[in-house]
Amino acid sequence: MSELKKIATRDGFGDEIVELGKENPNIVVLDIDIGKSCKTGAFHKALPEQYLNVGIAEQNGAGVAAGLATCGKIPFVVTYAAFGSMRICEMIRQEICYTNLNVKIACSHGGVTPANDGASHQAIEDMGILRTIPNIAVIMPADYNSARKLVRQAGTTEGPVYLRFTRDAVPQIYGPDVQFTIGKAHQIQDGKDVAIIANGDTVRLAIEAAKVLADKGISARVLDMHTIKPLDVDAVTACVNDIGKIITVEDHNILNGLGSAVCEVAAEMGKGIVKRVGIQDRFGESAPYERLLEKNGITVENIVAIAEKLQ
Amino acid sequence: MKDVSIKELKNTATQMRMKVVDMIYKAQSGHPGGSLSAADFVTACYFKYMNVNPAEPRWPDRDRMVLSKGHVCPIQYACLATVGFFPEAELDTLRKEGSKLQGHPSMTKCPGIDISTGSLGQGLACAVGMALAGKMDKKDYKVFCVVGDGESQEGEIWEAANTAHKYQLDNLITFVDVNNLQLDGTTDEVMPNGDLGAKFRAFGWEVLELDGHDMEEITAAIDKCYASKNGKPKALIGRTVKGKGVSFMENQVGWHGVAPNTEQYEQAMSELKAQLIA
Repeated sequence: MSELKKIATRDGFGDEIVELGKENPNIVVLDIDIGKSCKTGAFHKALPEQYLNVGIAEQNGAGVAAGLATCGKIPFVVTYAAFGSMRICEMIRQEICYTNLNVKIACSHGGVTPANDGASHQAIEDMGILRTIPNIAVIMPADYNSARKLVRQAGTTEGPVYLRFTRDAVPQIYGPDVQFTIGKAHQIQDGKDVAIIANGDTVRLAIEAAKVLADKGISARVLDMHTIKPLDVDAVTACVNDIGKIITVEDHNILNGLGSAVCEVAAEMGKGIVKRVGIQDRFGESAPYERLLEKNGITVENIVAIAEKLQ
Repeated sequence: MKDVSIKELKNTATQMRMKVVDMIYKAQSGHPGGSLSAADFVTACYFKYMNVNPAEPRWPDRDRMVLSKGHVCPIQYACLATVGFFPEAELDTLRKEGSKLQGHPSMTKCPGIDISTGSLGQGLACAVGMALAGKMDKKDYKVFCVVGDGESQEGEIWEAANTAHKYQLDNLITFVDVNNLQLDGTTDEVMPNGDLGAKFRAFGWEVLELDGHDMEEITAAIDKCYASKNGKPKALIGRTVKGKGVSFMENQVGWHGVAPNTEQYEQAMSELKAQLIA
């Protein structure tokens, strides 16, 4: 797989939304002046009558989207994850989730992928914050093709969805025919000694770690948990029952993201051990993307070391 | 548009005020002050202008009403019940467990509510979205919105005002209920709004200033909005009195969000009844 060109998952969004828009005239892209960066340029060009740009006004963008949705439109509010979750958090809660409207919040620059931009643009809290709001699905795809599949599903399924993409290019993991279902974990490989549950741009690290572990005689089950809400509780339960040793990996604060969601399931079962790899509850800085991950222990080496200790 | 006389509209507004006072008294909770200040405009909309169908509340071609100042929903509930969206007896369930009539309006619970509001500053953007959808789909419906003067302190109101201007939403009619009071005091004390008409004008809106309790002026202003297809969103800057129609509530900041006791209720109802024109 590594020979394939790396592509940012925001490009998967940008490509799929054009297809969706062509198929359904109710699909609307609502930009907030960072469309170029969020890859909506092709949509704007192909479907100008389904394209809006409300300027640098995120809160209003969320409200306008809600109003559009009451009239049968399917708006995708497009911005960066830090703003699409926190700047408009209460508008999402009040006007999109409480109303259970068919609005999608599609955000580039998830996690520390806007690396050089620094902490202001790195969204490490977004998925956790949105996970606590009723009615909304919270998703981060791992690569280009899965991003396309999940965008398509979000656009063809009723209800609020938050989608988070990478700014930076990440390796391609899946072929174009892969199938994904919102709320269902995608098992990349089975194993019996440890379960590695990852999402977004860290799925590639989980896959690499599993390869290293295999060489050491440790067999890992690897799950792409693209949707942290609704969480695939059955898949986590199976990891606890079958294996009992789980490592979660995410480009997100270790508080309230994928790791926390998995811990909630294990804690209620009263069994299993969960180790969380993620942002260590601290703000980032301007630095290369891989360095930011390293500083937080989000590395193949660390996942391998934790897996070995668990044995 | 229905052919209703000014006298009829005035009496209907008084009846709606009586329902507002009655339901807040029975709930012993709610916001009488703002409900009474917005009463004349909302009444004019529902009983003269709005094309709605209680049998099909989500009819796609209907006119919409957004109370951006969602706490004044008792006046909308009174109108919706009277127009036939739900039985009038349900007005007695305001703010009670299991009621359609939530403390702030919920579109998923109450037929006729076009969007849930309650968190100030957000409704105008939603109304803009509805008006924009109407333009995109080349539909003729109007979107009415009620914004408070205190609420205009929210930044999102002005973001929405920009968007309405950009997309030339002359199908959006916003009533700014300038009663000069907000929860903590007068708007001048808490946060002076300056000239709201001039502000909306500066945002590219067509602005009409009027006495927000004068039914002749309200209907003349709305008629003018209907006739004006100049691409400009419409702001009706209504000079109003918080608590209008109940002497002891008028211009009293204390009546923002409290219910009357039995004695006050009886006085309020008898004062309102006396305002009905024979």
